[in-house]
Amino acid sequence: MIERLQTCAAVAAIELRDVHKAFGPIKAVNGLDLEVPEGICLGLLGPNGAGKSTTMRLLTSQAIADSGSLRALGYELPREGKRARAEMGVVPQLDNLDVDVSVYDNLSVFARLYRVKDVDAAVDRALGLARLADRKHDAVDELSGGMRRRMLIARGLVHDPKLILLDEPTVGLDPQIRAEVWTLVDALRTEGKTILMSTHYIEEAERLADEVALMTAGAIVARGKPADLVLEHAGRETAEVFGPPDRLAEVRKRAEAAGLPVRATGPAVAIVGSENATDGAVPEDAVVRPASLEDVFVKLTGEELE
Amino acid sequence: MSQTQIGTRRLEPAAIAGVMSREVANFQTFWKSTIFSSLMEPVIYLLAFGLGLGATLITDVQGLDYVEFVGTGMVATAVIFSSAFPAMFGTFVKHRFQNTYDAILAAPVDVEELVTAEMLWISLRAGAFGFFPLLVTMLFGLDPTWGMLLVPFFGFITALSFAGGGIAVAATVPKIDQFNYVTTLVVTPLFLTAGTFFPIDQLPEWAQVLAQFNPLHQLVVLVRDACFGFEAVDLLRVLGLSILAIVAWRIAVKRMTLCLID
Repeated sequence: MIERLQTCAAVAAIELRDVHKAFGPIKAVNGLDLEVPEGICLGLLGPNGAGKSTTMRLLTSQAIADSGSLRALGYELPREGKRARAEMGVVPQLDNLDVDVSVYDNLSVFARLYRVKDVDAAVDRALGLARLADRKHDAVDELSGGMRRRMLIARGLVHDPKLILLDEPTVGLDPQIRAEVWTLVDALRTEGKTILMSTHYIEEAERLADEVALMTAGAIVARGKPADLVLEHAGRETAEVFGPPDRLAEVRKRAEAAGLPVRATGPAVAIVGSENATDGAVPEDAVVRPASLEDVFVKLTGEELE
Repeated sequence: MSQTQIGTRRLEPAAIAGVMSREVANFQTFWKSTIFSSLMEPVIYLLAFGLGLGATLITDVQGLDYVEFVGTGMVATAVIFSSAFPAMFGTFVKHRFQNTYDAILAAPVDVEELVTAEMLWISLRAGAFGFFPLLVTMLFGLDPTWGMLLVPFFGFITALSFAGGGIAVAATVPKIDQFNYVTTLVVTPLFLTAGTFFPIDQLPEWAQVLAQFNPLHQLVVLVRDACFGFEAVDLLRVLGLSILAIVAWRIAVKRMTLCLID
């Protein structure tokens, strides 16, 4: 046991090396290298189909890699997957609570699955974290959407895991519930838990993640602290120009001629790194805003996130 | 958080008990309606077949009062209906619609433990429900015997086969309506050739031979022998049902592994 703990201290919480996973002709994960040190929250940011959920399933051994090496908490996957899962908590993208059953029963079942010795204490602790202690005996059906989402997180924390996998924790939620979930995740991060959070929301990654890994087509294309990534790949500012299509085409042409990356953002075009623009490359009526992770993502992958 | 040792052996009892505790928690929310139908169905069957046919066309079968013949045979009906259908529909719904198995398999539980727990729970329940027709038939005049105490066990080992088969089917079919094929081509013929409503020696010889391979028929014989006197060959029947249960278990584990692990 002591030997394993010493080994764990020297290794990352998650270590994936050249991992490949295909579903027929689709390469869901394609040469993925990912290392997550202990104690950080890493945001895995990418569009739908980037391979984020498959990565999560590989870590829980619900998907088996075609090739590559995978370790979680020092355990080799999938061979020691069960032992790894005992020390990780998973919060799924989809609500899969037992809705007719009480909050307490939902959590106590999972406390037993995780072989927690004092089930009642574990449930009370998880309910306290999720601020659901007063709803302990209610059926899940009676909870609001935000409470159910917090309940899902409580279920993933019932055994006080070392590593937490959050798979799109706020997908499909309204802004108020999203803020509730963010508060909860932020508290975990502050507590020093290791978190791997997949998301396709820029704001979520920027607010919660210590580091962000941009994922597309099954591989990481860039990684770093959000501010560093933005500065490195998108500069300080992005200028957005609104107008009729003919004008936008003209603006795009001029900016590209000046060597600036340009992308369409709905009814506008965004000129990335506009602080470096030469005269005439950015029109005077452009709306200048700080550069964002989305600018970085689009610049590096050519894909939009939402 | 204090946890017991995990991952040191196959089929960890704590994992199986954990999965079953989820089933128990859910069952507590709908046990009344399930038990009501399990008790009322044999009453209705006995009134319709036993008192209807028994009072007009048939008085006794193989030396038994027709009500007792049908009542003891109804155990098999209760067992197949409370094992095959929950295994098929329950598994499919939990996998495809509720994503329950994704949650369970993210915990330290593997597919073999999951399937084992589901089969055990379904079969324990079916074994208990299989006893209800006997209780009802006692109200219609069946004398209690010590051998009847073994009926839940016979129901349990028979239900294991149907639970395993049902889970394997659920893991295989792409759409829920395809259970209709299984119901029509497998469940109904097994149900009708079990010897519940009429003795199988009335059937053509080839059908009688086939019926020997029908686990429900073997269950019906075991139940009637439990009520009216065991024979030595009953041990072979128990052995045969046990072997079938093990085969069904392994097939279910294999199919569910293919279904749940990418």
